[in-house]
Amino acid sequence: MAFARSERPRLPTAIKILIAGGFGAGKTTMVGAVSETRPLRTEEVLTDRSIGVDDISSVEAKRTTTVAMDFGRITLGNDYVLYLFGTPGQERFWFVWDELAEGSLGAVILADTRRLADCFPSVDYFERRGTPFVVAVNCFDGSPTFQLDEVRLALQLDPSIPIVMCDARKRDSSREVLITLVKHSARLRAEPVGS
Amino acid sequence: MRGDEPTEENWVDPEIIRPYVVTRGRTQPAHGRFDLISMALAVGPPPGPDAGLDPEHLRILQLCREPKSVAEIAAYLDLPAGTVRVLLGDLFDRELVSAQEPRSEVDMHDIKMYRAVLDGLRSL
Repeated sequence: MAFARSERPRLPTAIKILIAGGFGAGKTTMVGAVSETRPLRTEEVLTDRSIGVDDISSVEAKRTTTVAMDFGRITLGNDYVLYLFGTPGQERFWFVWDELAEGSLGAVILADTRRLADCFPSVDYFERRGTPFVVAVNCFDGSPTFQLDEVRLALQLDPSIPIVMCDARKRDSSREVLITLVKHSARLRAEPVGS
Repeated sequence: MRGDEPTEENWVDPEIIRPYVVTRGRTQPAHGRFDLISMALAVGPPPGPDAGLDPEHLRILQLCREPKSVAEIAAYLDLPAGTVRVLLGDLFDRELVSAQEPRSEVDMHDIKMYRAVLDGLRSL
């Protein structure tokens, strides 16, 4: 494609996808596997103003919290840049999830079959929020092998929500998970893309 | 104190400046509100030494010769994202960077966006 050079340089459109799941489920591993650089880390210093008025600000004095997030970048041609954000683990950081989830394309919830219950909060969160998500069962060496149907049942997932096996260490496998999510999100929010 | 030579860039080691000193106590940018994935790109000729910019401003301009997000700038400069938002606001006001306002760009119902992302991922 040939573009006429415009006077003002065009900025690529940034898109974000969240990588959620319990501690040790492989979030940062997946971010690193598909990103063009090693995972980067950014810190948000949050005050009670960031936390919100209907939360706890009425009962607690002003305070600050630092939340670190790992993320990676995938440049998609000239027009789009995709950012993958690993969600902060502790549940007291839900308000950070809100900022991350706002305007996101969707979320991948990484499930570790050794600690399946760890991804319940993420499933609940994205269901409640209406954020498109897929569940990716990270197949660790020596982890119990479950059928995907069993995991779906255990997580009480709606049949419409895709669930796939993956190896978060592998680029191709992680990429397939992202493709599954993008298709799912497109089905929900736009019109069908491919099969 | 900046002394009599405001043109001196390295008046103090940037590593020891705490974030709130970098922004002179400001926690919100003067205009707009950049989110973590707001993209910024340096525009125009590099500012001269009399532009009154701090070392962090100059480092951001250097980094943003290619489009970078607030999150990336924060990570590479080892500053909190909130600090970067303020500094980016300064540069935006001086028209030294082109930057996106948050949530202005992505239409999550735009089928073209999904196709482009899928194509991009498939060709990785």
